[in-house]
Amino acid sequence: MDKKRRDFLKVAGATTLAGLGGPAIVERLVSGSSPVQAKAAHGERLAGHGADTHAGAAGHGEETVKSGNRFGMIVDLRKFKQYPELIEKVVHACHAEHNVPHFPTRKDEIKWIWPTEYEKAFTEHSQYYKDKPTISNEVLVLCNHCDEPPCVKACPTRATFKNKDGIVAMDYHRCIGCRFCMAACPYGARSFNWLDPRVGLDMNHINRYFPTRMRGVVEKCNFCAERIGLGKKPKCVEVCGETRAMIFGNLNDPNSEIRKALKENYTIQRKPSAGTHPSVFYIV
Amino acid sequence: MYDSGKIIPGLIIFVLFITFPVWYNHGAARAVPQPELPKTLKECVLPAADMRSEHMQLLNQWRDKVLRTGDRSFDVKIGDKEYQKSLMNTCMQCHTSKKKFCDTCHTYASVTPYCWDCHIAPVE
Repeated sequence: MDKKRRDFLKVAGATTLAGLGGPAIVERLVSGSSPVQAKAAHGERLAGHGADTHAGAAGHGEETVKSGNRFGMIVDLRKFKQYPELIEKVVHACHAEHNVPHFPTRKDEIKWIWPTEYEKAFTEHSQYYKDKPTISNEVLVLCNHCDEPPCVKACPTRATFKNKDGIVAMDYHRCIGCRFCMAACPYGARSFNWLDPRVGLDMNHINRYFPTRMRGVVEKCNFCAERIGLGKKPKCVEVCGETRAMIFGNLNDPNSEIRKALKENYTIQRKPSAGTHPSVFYIV
Repeated sequence: MYDSGKIIPGLIIFVLFITFPVWYNHGAARAVPQPELPKTLKECVLPAADMRSEHMQLLNQWRDKVLRTGDRSFDVKIGDKEYQKSLMNTCMQCHTSKKKFCDTCHTYASVTPYCWDCHIAPVE
């Protein structure tokens, strides 16, 4: 074999050119269009995708065409001030409906919906010289069912996911208990079952139409997906009833009750700078 | 062969040992399980043979449809009546005893499905 330096350089040069230019040519051939057209098509696809996932920009000042459902909720703290016993009623009703166990120690605690202080719920809002009623009253908090849920991104098994109604749902069959979602959630809306939840439940007085969880999975509010699917309202909203302390509805439907209430009232959200686009709004 | 006096009896003992379950249980096969069927209905959502072999796949399909697709419609039919896709709220409403229905075969086949870690079995 006799290889000349000149021949070697020719082959090397041709190979380099083919390697650099080849993929671009192949891509052009495959898409069968000029780069400009390809870009436009890509943009269209993105826009279509955007309608899906970014549909619920409600509350963020955007008025884009929205498709599909995105369920949301308004918690009217004025009403809870008016009916102080309502918070406990709501929490109890939710936890009874979903067989949420009661463990007294803080580490083992399981919470789907619970009261917390204003300063803990709204950490981004100024706490200086806040009026006494605001500071002293408790805020009912729950999973925000974010439009950009960080927990969903963190979940390695897709046990938690955003369903067709915009609800951030859990599939406990898939949860491996890694707790990444708990670390990712900026609202602390998730609880881990350190103990067998059935130990913390009175098994004679459970809701026999809804499962419990098992030890080693993470759980949270499911926006009553099982009730919404049957055309009912979430349990907490049902319990509030005529007081209208909690309003539930489709944020993508401009004529829904919740959108009307959002139009009429000044609402705030928890940690808006986290960029999660929560679906739960608060009237303070 | 060196040490055939030790090796051959050793092999015999080894073979006897690993085939222990076979010859020990020979002829002692337990009766085929007889799960107790509901008295209210004669038909299930699929023919009995299919249910026997494929109920686990069916339950998984139901789970995925309900949980992941969010399709909670009552689209399971027995005759003209429609039922929702649910283990607790459909299956166990007719098969009212886990012990007399599920467990009979599962124990016999030595399988331990984890359904009941979360799902609630009927009161018996």
